[in-house]
Amino acid sequence: MQRRNFVQKATLASMTALLGTDIVFGASMPKYYLPLGLQDPDPFTMFDKDKEMVVLNDKPWNIEAQAHLLDDKITPNSAMFVRNNGLVPEELDATTWKLSFDGESAIQQKSYTLQELKSQFKVHTYQLTLECGGNGRSEFDPPAKGNQWTIGAVSCATWTGVRLRDVLEDVGLKPDAVYIGYHAVDRHLSQNPDKEPISRGAPMAKALQDETLLAFQMNGADIPAVHGYPLRLVVGGWPASVSGKWLNRISIRNIVHDGAKMGGDSYRVPCEPVAPGEEVKEEDMCIIESMPVKSLITYPKSGAMLKEGQSLNIRGHAWAGELEVAQMHYSIDFGATWKDCPIQKPINRLAWQHFSAKIDFPKKGYYEVWAKATDANGVSQPMVLPGWNPKGYLNNACHRIAVKMG
Amino acid sequence: MSEKNKFWKNARRVYRFLIVVCVLALISGIVIFYLNDADTAIDENGENQYTTFSDDDPDRIEKGIHVRTGLTDAPGLQETVNNCTSCHSAKLVIQNRMSAERWHATIRWMQETQNLWPLGDNEDIIVDYLTTNYPPKKKGRRETLADVQWYELK
Repeated sequence: MQRRNFVQKATLASMTALLGTDIVFGASMPKYYLPLGLQDPDPFTMFDKDKEMVVLNDKPWNIEAQAHLLDDKITPNSAMFVRNNGLVPEELDATTWKLSFDGESAIQQKSYTLQELKSQFKVHTYQLTLECGGNGRSEFDPPAKGNQWTIGAVSCATWTGVRLRDVLEDVGLKPDAVYIGYHAVDRHLSQNPDKEPISRGAPMAKALQDETLLAFQMNGADIPAVHGYPLRLVVGGWPASVSGKWLNRISIRNIVHDGAKMGGDSYRVPCEPVAPGEEVKEEDMCIIESMPVKSLITYPKSGAMLKEGQSLNIRGHAWAGELEVAQMHYSIDFGATWKDCPIQKPINRLAWQHFSAKIDFPKKGYYEVWAKATDANGVSQPMVLPGWNPKGYLNNACHRIAVKMG
Repeated sequence: MSEKNKFWKNARRVYRFLIVVCVLALISGIVIFYLNDADTAIDENGENQYTTFSDDDPDRIEKGIHVRTGLTDAPGLQETVNNCTSCHSAKLVIQNRMSAERWHATIRWMQETQNLWPLGDNEDIIVDYLTTNYPPKKKGRRETLADVQWYELK
């Protein structure tokens, strides 16, 4: 804090000295005109996050929740993970914001102001699960490079916007359209203006789904700056990197979009299973589409101590990418026996579902409560780590909490 | 010869004079700024925020940790700080534990896609530093729950 103030002042002071005159408006210079390194280093205040959120990386900002912070049915901003590939853009003006459409398979180039999007197309609201493809990466062995997410890179907020499909149809799609790719105003870490930190996308079938939104509101208010204000894509059930933030352009492509982090091993896994640590050629990697079935016990927080005979009420959420969760089970004996646990229907497609159960423990001692969700295709979460992959994506192993009784 | 010497002597004199002028200008700039802006540096509790700042040395080491980045003080620290923390946070370095082979591959990736410059002889120094101080940990297929914070649940 003190250092920041000093650096900030010294910077202005040097400018003052260099100019040989006082910078008249120096004191009222908006914070965002200062280099990123000088911005307020307290992300909890800056992004309005719960103090128990865990900062994995501060350049770029990457922050995750803990399981117990995600107890709300609709994730509030305070518990929503932050995943950035580049630097948070500094000047975001909704009044002059434009979204343009181009690409080989666009019938015309067209752009819309935010106001035009809101007034020309029907507005829809959905609750949508967004999970980082690398959520759970920290558990892989051998370790996979990247932010070492544990379990908290998932959220399910309410998003309001217009359907991407409606806008795409207004622009006009050529029959050879296969993919959309997004572009945004965030800056690359190297500060090179010609490089995009991330420019991913989705195949047409996903882009045209009802729930795929060009969103301008989160939980009924403007989207917070760090989550993509004033306009972002929200593509529920797929790696959250598909849901580009600070969107200013969408390219309708006649090839699989080839933007930053579409190739190499980014958001891609071996097309065929490999042994842990095995080298995988680039051409043998496939783009991740739907996220796998997964669940989280959000109450109680791990470490609960109960009195002898006290029963335990657990609750949490389960989700299954493109699918619905069909069944939910829990175990207090490391998977030797599983008990059925009621699971609610989702409020809409691609929203997470809620479960709860009352558990009675047979005797005093140390327990772990393990939760296991099963999707509509009968596929369950594994208790051990799923298939190793070079970048550590798609860890959907069962979540567990520690409990002691007596 | 003496002509040439004289010229360089003069040039040095001018150069020294310019340095002094610049330093003075910078110092007076800082002083002016502090005087002008003193009231904005009071926080909500009415405390002066700039009376002391202990964090001003970018190379300060405390308890074996490089304070500015959180990296372990060991041979190769400076090379790692200089080359690995200007684009991304040291937090990204610390949380990643890889073999030398995978670090080299990661460096290649950063050079090919992220504008990382050639590291020359520093590459081996950095990779040695990382693999020595942040070695990969064997985790197997699933780890035991660790660091459980126990609390009474009413």
